Amino acid sequence: MKHIILFSVLYLHWIIWSGKFDAFHLSLGIISSAFVTFMSHGLFIERKKVSTKIIAESIRFIKYVPWLLYQIILSNIHVASLVLSPKMPIEPKIIKYKTKLKSDIALVTFANSITLTPGTITADIIDGEYIVHTLSRKVADDLMSGEMEDKVADIFDEA
Amino acid sequence: MAVLAVIFIVTGVFFFTTATIGLLRFPDFYTRMHAAGKGDTLGAFLTLAGLALYNLHHGFSFDAILISIKILLIALFIFIVNPTATHAITKAALNCDVKPWEKKETSK
Repeated sequence: MKHIILFSVLYLHWIIWSGKFDAFHLSLGIISSAFVTFMSHGLFIERKKVSTKIIAESIRFIKYVPWLLYQIILSNIHVASLVLSPKMPIEPKIIKYKTKLKSDIALVTFANSITLTPGTITADIIDGEYIVHTLSRKVADDLMSGEMEDKVADIFDEA
Repeated sequence: MAVLAVIFIVTGVFFFTTATIGLLRFPDFYTRMHAAGKGDTLGAFLTLAGLALYNLHHGFSFDAILISIKILLIALFIFIVNPTATHAITKAALNCDVKPWEKKETSK
């Protein structure tokens, strides 16, 4: 099952990027996709139990993306104003953030969301604690409010 | 359509510019990482979205739509790769004990 999904995704990518629909390119794509699937299927995150849950998760994730984009724009404007203000009122700090998320995929999603929003970088996870470098007090407070974590927990049903 | 594209591209370039200014002005490695890694995310997304729109302003032929999809896929790729790379570099710096700059209590 995992192989079929990986193969379809790769083949879809092949079609989009090649943009050619003659028999030669399509069959070459099948060979390449099959080969890459064979070589790299062990690299991908394996879900313990694959079920219909995954569809609901995908839908919730797609709902999460616009909110994330909005947050990125807000905090990007904030960082831009920090950069452009003559006094440059930054207060960089390394904070620890205890998380309640459990599964790998939720942890990765949350870490990448933190790093995507300007002003915060995830450096490491040690025993369920994120080590986050924050650029100013405002972004640190935003993170500490836990709103983003709640949303990610919602997606993966870990609230 | 072209007007919207130009607005997107100009906003994207603005964020790139602030990222570069931040890179030059910020005091230490970590804060510069913020500027370099983040301004790019939104800047690149807006610029690429603008290009994808501009590409369609001659009309919606199949080829043009395919090229726009490719451009948006590049944007998606950047959205996944940029935080990952930023995280990796920052973690490497932490592991090498690079001292983060802290604001002095008696700042000038």
